Amino acid sequence: MSPVIGIVIEAIIKSALMVFVLATAFAYLTLAERKIAAFVQVRKGPNRVGPWGLMQPAADGIKLLFKEEMVPAGADKVLFFLAPILTMIPAMVIMAVVPIGPDVELFGRSIRLGISDLNVGMLYILSVASVAVYGIVLAGWSSANKYSLLGGLRASAQMISYEIALGLSIIGPIILAGTMSLQGIITAQQQSTWYVLWQPVGALVFFLAGLAEVNRAPFDMPEAEQELTAGYFTEYSGMKFSLFFMGEYIKMVAVCAIATTLFLGGYLGPYVEQLPWLGILYFTIKTTALLFLMIWIRLTLPRLRYDQLMAFGWKVLLPLALANVVVTATATVLLG
Amino acid sequence: MEAVSAAQIIFIVVALLTVATTFLVVTVRNLIHAALWLVATLFGIAVIFVLLDAGFMATVQIVLYIGAIAILIVFAVMLTRRVMQDVGPQSNENWWLGTIVAAVFFAAISTLLWSIRWPALPGAVVGDTVLALGRSLVDPNQYVIPFEVASVMLIIALIGSITLALPGKQSE
Amino acid sequence: MIPTTYYLALSAILFSIGVIGVLVRRNAIVIFMSIELMLNSANLAFVAFAREFGTLDGQLMVFFVMTVAAAEVAVGLALIVAIFRSKASIDVDAVNLLKG
Repeated sequence: MSPVIGIVIEAIIKSALMVFVLATAFAYLTLAERKIAAFVQVRKGPNRVGPWGLMQPAADGIKLLFKEEMVPAGADKVLFFLAPILTMIPAMVIMAVVPIGPDVELFGRSIRLGISDLNVGMLYILSVASVAVYGIVLAGWSSANKYSLLGGLRASAQMISYEIALGLSIIGPIILAGTMSLQGIITAQQQSTWYVLWQPVGALVFFLAGLAEVNRAPFDMPEAEQELTAGYFTEYSGMKFSLFFMGEYIKMVAVCAIATTLFLGGYLGPYVEQLPWLGILYFTIKTTALLFLMIWIRLTLPRLRYDQLMAFGWKVLLPLALANVVVTATATVLLG
Repeated sequence: MEAVSAAQIIFIVVALLTVATTFLVVTVRNLIHAALWLVATLFGIAVIFVLLDAGFMATVQIVLYIGAIAILIVFAVMLTRRVMQDVGPQSNENWWLGTIVAAVFFAAISTLLWSIRWPALPGAVVGDTVLALGRSLVDPNQYVIPFEVASVMLIIALIGSITLALPGKQSE
Repeated sequence: MIPTTYYLALSAILFSIGVIGVLVRRNAIVIFMSIELMLNSANLAFVAFAREFGTLDGQLMVFFVMTVAAAEVAVGLALIVAIFRSKASIDVDAVNLLKG
C-alpha cells in the first residue's frame, strides 16, 4: 500500500469518525440541556424513552424525519433549501483543525488525533466562522416572512459585530505561543501553563463572543421566541429545521472545543505523555465542562435587549479585546 | 503536447466558473442573487490565489471579502429590500455606450497582454510567507508608512460612515 | 505550471465585466458590487505578478487594496442606505439633484 493511499484512507476514516462523533454529541447535548433545564427548574425532564430518557434523541430524530416539509408560498425555493446546508457545513468543518489528542501509535503508524494540523489553523477557524453567517442570513431572507427577515438581519449584525471581538481575543494565545497552529498552541501550553491563567481577559472575551456567535442565550436575539416567534427559522420544519438545530448545537461544541484548545490546554493533563489515549478523555471533560457552563448561563440569565447587545459588543467587549492585545503584545516584547 | 496537469484542469474549471458567476453578478435582476453570485466569484478568486501559491491571501480573501464585505452588501440589500420589487428597466439609456467602452477596453488590454512575453524570472523562494508579509509591513524600509496611512484611512472611513448613518440629520 | 498570461487574461475579463456593470446598471448596489469585482480582478493581477517575479510586494499591495475596499464598502453602503432613506430608491438616475 503506497503511503498516499494510506494518508487518504486515514483522512477519510478520521473525517467520518468526526462527523459521527459530532452528530452524537449534538443528539446527547440536546438531551443534556433538557435534563439540566429540568434539574434547574425542579422538574423531571424527558424520562420515558429508554432508561433515564436516554433514547429521547433517537425518538426526536425519528419524529423530525417524518414531519411534513413546508415551503412558504413566497419563498425563494433554492435559497430556502440551501440555507440549512450552509449553516450545517461550516459547523462541521470548523472542527477539522482542532486536535483532540496527542499523536498515538496504531497499526504501526503514528496517527494524529485530529483531522489536520494547518500552520494557519486559527485563520482557518476565523474564515470558516465568517462564512457561517450566510446560512442564517439566507434563511431569514428566503423565507418571505418578516419575523425571519428581522431574525436574519439581527443575526448578521450580531455575528459581524462579535466576530471582531472573537478575532481579537484569539490574538493573545497566538502572540504567546508564537504560532497559529492549534497543535503548536497546545505544545506551547505544555511548556508554560494553561493560557487561561495568562489570558483571563482573552478567555472571557472569547467565551462571551463565542456565545454570541452561536446565538446562545443571553445573546439569542436572532431567535427570540417572545418577539420573533423563532427568528430566522420560523418557516422551517422537518429535516431542514433539524439541520438548523444541529448546526447550532454543533457550533456550541466547536466553540467549546476551540476554547479548550486555546485557553484550557486542550488535551493536556496528568500522565498524558505516558498514555496518549488519555488526551481524548481530558479533552472531552474540559469541553463538556464548558458546554455545561453554556447551558447553565442560558438557564440563569435573561435575554439582552437588542440595543444592549450591540452596545455590549462594541463598547465593552471590543475595547477589552483590543486592550488585551495591546497589553499582551507589550508584555511579550518587554519580558521577552 | 504536454500532459495536462491537475492544476491546469482546476484553473480552467475555476476560471470558467468565475467568469460565469461574474457575468451573473452584473446581469441578474434579483439583488440577493447578485450578491450571492458575487460571493461565488470571490470564492473562485480565492481558489485561484491558492493556485498562485498565495494560500494566506486566499484565507484573507475569505475572511475579509466573503466574511465582511459581501455580508455587508447582503445586509444593505436587505435594508433596502423594497427595491427588490423594482420592475423598471435595469440598465440606463447609455447602455450601448458603456458596453462599447468596456469592449474597447478589453480589446486594448488583451492586445497588450498577448504582445508582452513575461520573462520567466527565477522565483525567489519565500520561506514563511506569513512571517515575511508581517515583517514587510513593519519594516521602515518597506511598507510601514503605507500601513499606518491605511490604518488612518480605516479610522476616517469608520467615523465617516457613523456620521452618515446617524439618525436625525436629514430632517434638519 | 500555468503561464502568468492566463491569470492576467482572467483578470482582464473580470475587470471588463465589472466595467460593464458600473457603466450599464442603474442600481447603486449592483454598481457597488461591480466595483468590488474590478478591485478583485486587480488583486488577482497583483498576486499573479507576485508569483511571476518571486517577491511579496504584489501580495502586500493586495493587502492595501483590501483595506481600501473595506473602507469603501463601509462608507459606500452608508451612503446608499442614506440615499434610500431620502429617496426610497437606490437608482443612481434618481439622484440628480444637488440638494436632494
